[in-house]
Amino acid sequence: MIRIENVSLTRGGARILDDVSLTLPKGGLTALIGPNGAGKSSLLSLIARLQPLQTGRISVDGLPVDGTPGRALAKTLAVLRQDPGVASRLRVRELVGFGRFPHSRGRLTPEDEAVVAATLDQFDLTPLEERFVETLSGGQRQRALIAMTVAQATDYLLLDEPLNNLDMRYARDLMRRLRALADAGRTIVAVLHDVNQAAAYADRIVALRDGRQVAMGAPAEIMTPEILDAVFGYRMRVVDLEGRPMALHHL
Amino acid sequence: MLKRERVVLASLAGLALVATAAFLGLNLRGDLAFALELRGVRLLALVLVAVAVAASTVTFQTVTANRILTPAIMGLDALYAFGQTALVFGLGAYGFASLDPRLKFAGESTLMLVMALALFLPLLRARMDVTLMLLSGVVLGVLFRSLSALLIRLVDPTAFAAIQGASFASFNAVRSDLLAIAGVVTILAVAAIWRARHALDVLALGADPATGLGLDWRRSAVGLLALTALLVAVSTALVGPVVFLGLFVVAVAERLVDTRRHAVLLPAAALVGVVILVGGQALLQHGLGGEGALGIVVEFLGGVVFLALLISEARR
Repeated sequence: MIRIENVSLTRGGARILDDVSLTLPKGGLTALIGPNGAGKSSLLSLIARLQPLQTGRISVDGLPVDGTPGRALAKTLAVLRQDPGVASRLRVRELVGFGRFPHSRGRLTPEDEAVVAATLDQFDLTPLEERFVETLSGGQRQRALIAMTVAQATDYLLLDEPLNNLDMRYARDLMRRLRALADAGRTIVAVLHDVNQAAAYADRIVALRDGRQVAMGAPAEIMTPEILDAVFGYRMRVVDLEGRPMALHHL
Repeated sequence: MLKRERVVLASLAGLALVATAAFLGLNLRGDLAFALELRGVRLLALVLVAVAVAASTVTFQTVTANRILTPAIMGLDALYAFGQTALVFGLGAYGFASLDPRLKFAGESTLMLVMALALFLPLLRARMDVTLMLLSGVVLGVLFRSLSALLIRLVDPTAFAAIQGASFASFNAVRSDLLAIAGVVTILAVAAIWRARHALDVLALGADPATGLGLDWRRSAVGLLALTALLVAVSTALVGPVVFLGLFVVAVAERLVDTRRHAVLLPAAALVGVVILVGGQALLQHGLGGEGALGIVVEFLGGVVFLALLISEARR
């Protein structure tokens, strides 16, 4: 369970998050949606203790994020920010191997190697495993980074715009894989830009706007013209396509 | 470890041994015991400098997330020289000369440690790009050199002579009185860096991914910067400032082993350093009779490498 209590964040005088309180149950896939500047990424990085907490409290699985030793938290929670410009001369296999760092402190055991190999395979990266990360395309790099995060084998997985740079096929692949991980018991929180991806794969959607939570609920509850208008600030049609709500946000 | 990495490391170790043998054995004349002792002391100093420069450069580059900057380019050795000058200025030539050299070394290193952390932590936290870091490094270097120059103008001639004596160490005139303490500091600092080699790999990913993988980025960065400053103090105290040696050594080592994994890169860089310093000195001094030229040759080659890296980085 991720518990967020009265979290506010101010940066350079601007209010990024305004008294957000939110409880996400263990298990399932949660999508964070909202317009640019709504505070989605900031909220995610606060949960992942990438930024210091200014006010309020956040705990993941009962561990307060600002008081728990880094390594203990890294075995509970894995995070991927938007493109963290990867260091050079690093092979794909080595990058994914870093996901095992919290478990083995860099000395990969045979068990770690097995996890790395399985994850590489899962993400279609086995043919690329000896390539240097800087020689990959944006989408391939994104897959390698996600694979590293998954190889960390944590119960909680936080992803900031994981679909960035991915073409339609790999975007769909990734959402399906995240769905499968969630079905297997992991708790996933992902910032998504495409509400239709969120509607199709998430168990619940949390909508933010101007640093506040505007709505939270199952996709069917959120995917209405009224709520989407309240979140994104314009009217879009929502149609029912074979039992799934779909927003025609581009029209 | 890949086969290629093992082969490269083994050949480098072989080359380093050959260089050592050449340094000790070439043109040996006169009283053998005396000559060997003299050369042995200098060999030890050169090896210490090579290891200290290699380890500090690799660590600094990883923590600052770039491959162009080195402690020396960022003005750390100018900072050390400034500390020396300030000490003479404060104590006077007599007070400076009557101080135990080891005590002086300890004092100067501590001063430098404090100042390096005070200066570089804010820079690091601001996560500036390489260009800005480079610019601030150049400015800091000029600042410390100018401050030293100012102090030198203010002191009396005897103190001036003391400053000259303290700051004109070179590859030919190593400060052998500091060898023992320099050796201890180097071994301890390098051991600490070696223990952190896997953490360094993760730190190279950047602050956010490293935090996500459970490292306390800030604490690691402070500790590693402190170790870097200590190692720079060692090499600057022994042979004076060498600006481009670290950059050169690490760039060559990285090309040879073709990885940034610290378990491989650290020993490779140290070995390349030994080969270049000890081998170069053996060749120049005993082979070609060009004493005193090693510093110039190393700086020239290092400067060329620096320009090449800058240009290739700008192209990307």
